[in-house]
Amino acid sequence: MSTILAVNQLTKTYQSGDRSLTVLADVSFAIQPGESLAIVGPSGSGKTTLLGLCAGLDRAGSGEVILCDALLNELSEDARAAVRNRNVGFIFQNFQLIPTLTALENVMIPAELNGRKDARVAALALLEKVGLADRSHHYPSQLSGGEQQRVALARAFCNNPQILFADEPTGNLDESTGQMVEDLLFSLNQEMGTTLVIVTHDLELAGKTQRIIQLKGGQVFSDTRTQTPA
Amino acid sequence: MIDWSFIRQLAWRDSRKNRGRLVLFMSSIILGIAALVAINSFNYNLQDDIDEQAASLLGADLVVSGNQPVTDSLGVLLAALPGEKATKLDLFSMAYFPATDRTQFVRLQGLAGNFPFYGSLKTEPATARQELTNPHAALVDNGFMDQYGIQIGDSIRLGNRSFFIAGRLLNDFASANVAAGFAPPVYVAQSALEQTGLVQAGSLVNYNYYYKLPAAFEVKPWTDKYDNAFRNESLRLQTIAGQKENLSDAFANLNSFLNLVALVSLLLGCIGVASSVLIYVRTKIPSIAIFRCLGMKGRDVFLVYLLQILVLGGLGVVFGAVLGTVVQLVLPILFKDFLPLEVSTSISWPAIGEGLVIGIFITMLFALVPLLPVRRISPLRILRTAFEQDLGQRDYAQWAVYLAIVAGLQAFLWYLTGSFVNGLMFTGGLLVSFLLLFAVARLITWGVQRFFPRRWSFVFRQGLANLFRPNNQTATLLVSIGLGTAILTTLFIIQGLLLENVGEMDAGNQPNVILYGIEKEQMTGLSELTTSFKLPIVQQVPIVTMRMTGWQGRTKADWLADSTRQAERWAFNREIRVTFRDSLDGFEEVLSGTFPKPRAAHGDSVFISLEEGFAESMHVKVGDEISFNVQGMPLTTFVGSTRKVDFTKMRTRFLVIFPAGVLENAPQFQVLVTKSPNPATTARYRTAVVKAFPNVSVVDLSSILTALSDILAKVSYVIQFMAVFSILTGFIVLVSSLLLSKLQRIKESVLLRTLGASSKQLLQISATEYALLGTLAAATGIFIALVSSWLLASFQLKLTFYVPWLAIGVIFVLVVAIIVVIGLLNSRDVLRKSPLEVLRREV
Ligand SMILES: Nc1ncnc2c1ncn2[C@@H]1O[C@H](COP(=O)(O)OP(=O)(O)O)[C@@H](O)[C@H]1O
Ligand SMILES: [Mg+2]
Repeated sequence: MSTILAVNQLTKTYQSGDRSLTVLADVSFAIQPGESLAIVGPSGSGKTTLLGLCAGLDRAGSGEVILCDALLNELSEDARAAVRNRNVGFIFQNFQLIPTLTALENVMIPAELNGRKDARVAALALLEKVGLADRSHHYPSQLSGGEQQRVALARAFCNNPQILFADEPTGNLDESTGQMVEDLLFSLNQEMGTTLVIVTHDLELAGKTQRIIQLKGGQVFSDTRTQTPA
Repeated sequence: MIDWSFIRQLAWRDSRKNRGRLVLFMSSIILGIAALVAINSFNYNLQDDIDEQAASLLGADLVVSGNQPVTDSLGVLLAALPGEKATKLDLFSMAYFPATDRTQFVRLQGLAGNFPFYGSLKTEPATARQELTNPHAALVDNGFMDQYGIQIGDSIRLGNRSFFIAGRLLNDFASANVAAGFAPPVYVAQSALEQTGLVQAGSLVNYNYYYKLPAAFEVKPWTDKYDNAFRNESLRLQTIAGQKENLSDAFANLNSFLNLVALVSLLLGCIGVASSVLIYVRTKIPSIAIFRCLGMKGRDVFLVYLLQILVLGGLGVVFGAVLGTVVQLVLPILFKDFLPLEVSTSISWPAIGEGLVIGIFITMLFALVPLLPVRRISPLRILRTAFEQDLGQRDYAQWAVYLAIVAGLQAFLWYLTGSFVNGLMFTGGLLVSFLLLFAVARLITWGVQRFFPRRWSFVFRQGLANLFRPNNQTATLLVSIGLGTAILTTLFIIQGLLLENVGEMDAGNQPNVILYGIEKEQMTGLSELTTSFKLPIVQQVPIVTMRMTGWQGRTKADWLADSTRQAERWAFNREIRVTFRDSLDGFEEVLSGTFPKPRAAHGDSVFISLEEGFAESMHVKVGDEISFNVQGMPLTTFVGSTRKVDFTKMRTRFLVIFPAGVLENAPQFQVLVTKSPNPATTARYRTAVVKAFPNVSVVDLSSILTALSDILAKVSYVIQFMAVFSILTGFIVLVSSLLLSKLQRIKESVLLRTLGASSKQLLQISATEYALLGTLAAATGIFIALVSSWLLASFQLKLTFYVPWLAIGVIFVLVVAIIVVIGLLNSRDVLRKSPLEVLRREV
């Protein structure tokens, strides 16, 4: 297995009324296991759309996405969900925790969906790692933004995913909190050997990855290796 | 200062987004009000229809009848009556049928004018009634024609004229008295009757005058005023109201039931409107928080959303009223061929008005419940605790709203039941049901949390946990499903009880053949003959005829001469048929005194029992003395009791009952009452009886009973129709309000989906949550229905209560199944959408 994620000639067009808007045009790239990658570009350039397609959260107009040896285009919604559950972790700009579940319950979900008996233990261990063991019974609305994102981080790693997608993980956080989340992200990634795909407009954060893909107007503008691989 | 234009603009702008959700929100209001308007429209229209049916029992608004033409003074009174008039003469006469060479005693009726004004003279062929304008046409009783093989077109000789039979007569009018049943009816034109030579001085002719009065004419004051004047000339006044009184049980129960239906429609409107308003406002809380963060005053935000909801709700209410009216107008046309009764389809403005007023009222009150707290709490608190139940301390305005809801309910129920106390009992019942459901909801959240099955698989735990987690919908759903199940099940149980009751009253199940003039020693033979025809002996009583000679120490002549007397002449002028027995029958009730015990010794005083109306007309009471002439023998008695008699049951009724041990040896004859299943059996039975016992008269009441049977059939049809219609619309309203609940869980399900949950897992989570909710809500609802229908049946409707357990079981399973299906449908929706889209939208 030489690639964990391959994107071939991906195109996505949104139809709104009688006008159509091409958000992604002919995007192709491939990522090796263990690699870390940043996708950068101005707001509205199609980063979130691309990430969503890579993770199988949406269907492409044309082109293909192969994630962990599965050709997503051909899979049913359920099969894609199964691929996500086994192999993929997520972090969103706006945290996306389930408001009616406690921090601990939020972290446990991926493991529980997978039917793991040790969900609780694993989740507690992860909360410990992100420094929130003592807040495990709080609801998201009782946590600060940084704390919520750390819970989301713990949730993302809960199933030991092969690949982690992070969409502007620090976009909603202040600098020092963002820094803390960033450090946690990279250290957990290192520890677990996860492939990492980060979407960001923060070039400093992008610089910490091994490879940067720049999107402009829905196309790959550049694809470069950084000098200082992490 | 309130900047209204800003508030108006903001309310408009905010409403533009999320049109789909808006449609869902409005649909529930529309359906709720449509149900209310449609149900009430049917209600009002059917009530009118039934009133008209009652009118068809008599055929006219007012009937004057007697053994002589009206006197001049009374004629002036009658001539002054507005409206249409018809007359009928009837008399007993011999008729000769040349085709079969048969002579028959018939009741000959000469009709002039457009009688009946209500209902119709049913004939075969149906158009035969019009033939009566032909001076040679006659209509003859169908049963009689069947019995003797007489055909349409045969001729019939009446007096010195010959007629041809133009049609068979299928019914007759209730004004016909029982004695009339001795002889089959024959109708001819009145002018023709006069030419037969049968109407002459000395012949016994019954004169009937029929009036169709304008709706504005108040007949009751008129009859109250002149009743005595007519009675004193031995003329009888009959009105529709009087006819309806005879059917009072059926009508009173029908009215109570239709009121119940109106109440149900109100509650359905409430559930539809309230659930959507509550959920709509809840989805708006985040936006409200943002407005407040941006510096808007609490009061202004409050007004923005109140205005928005009032406008949207108002539109929904108007659409609902239109939809309800359309359904009411179109449904009977669509199902025309299946309906036994022609349902009127006029637009019912009272129903529409009620729908509009109640709709707006409920919209406003239920919008205030979640909106009022928004006014007072800090924006931060809204942001932070948007997902928590308790939005801080309630203020007085909040309590005022609850109070207004209860007061509004009480006002409506007061209006509906016509009594403050009755209204209060219904309001109380609803409040208790509400609290009970709320308590059960609390019990679930507590119980599930307390005994949480930690070892169960994730999906079950997740489903169960949804019942107590913050922002859970346990209380809302339990109350709406429970209340919905309760009212619809109550309606179902009550309609079953009523139908049974009406069925008992139905003439179809009542005795329809009476045998008169049986000699004592013929009784055994006659009983055997009756049993051999497999006919039941419903009643068998002895009858002794007598006349009153005086009471309270004065003779009848004394009384008649006294111009100040109050007692009414008809009451003591008649020959009285008396029976004797030692107990009440099932259709009587002692009002005062005690029912006479058998006389023990020969010299003891005789205590008799009088029918209440008869005692009233004579102005006698318990303890008064009355003397009789029993076939030449003087007999003095005392009034021992007065009785109420149920005249709707077809039995021979007695104004005076003697105790056993007095009249046994007086000259008497026996009466036997039986029920024949069909005209053919009646005909064979009649022939057999007359052959074996020529002195016995067989009276067939079935043609008179047809009108009664018709109207009761229609009453039960109305009950059934309204029940089915209300239950179906109720179901739709309930389902639509439950579909709203998906808004609550949509984001959660999408996130689970993103994290890799399979369809099966999502569906299992919802199935678990809804199955538990549905089971408990249905069980509680059914429990409430059992209690409330028992209360209604026992205290309001006075019906024998029983529980249709099988149907209840089916209802239970059905409700739970439907709730689970709705739960599954709600999450199906999530499965179809791409997760990314939802995640984006919810940002
Ligand atoms: N459902 C949609 N309908 C129409 N346009 C959309 C939709 N979703 C996203 N877009 C458009 O696609 C473009 C790319 O969006 P996105 O991927 O979120 O950009 P980024 O994440 O790079 O800021 C934007 O211009 C956005 O307006
Ligand atoms: Mg983005």
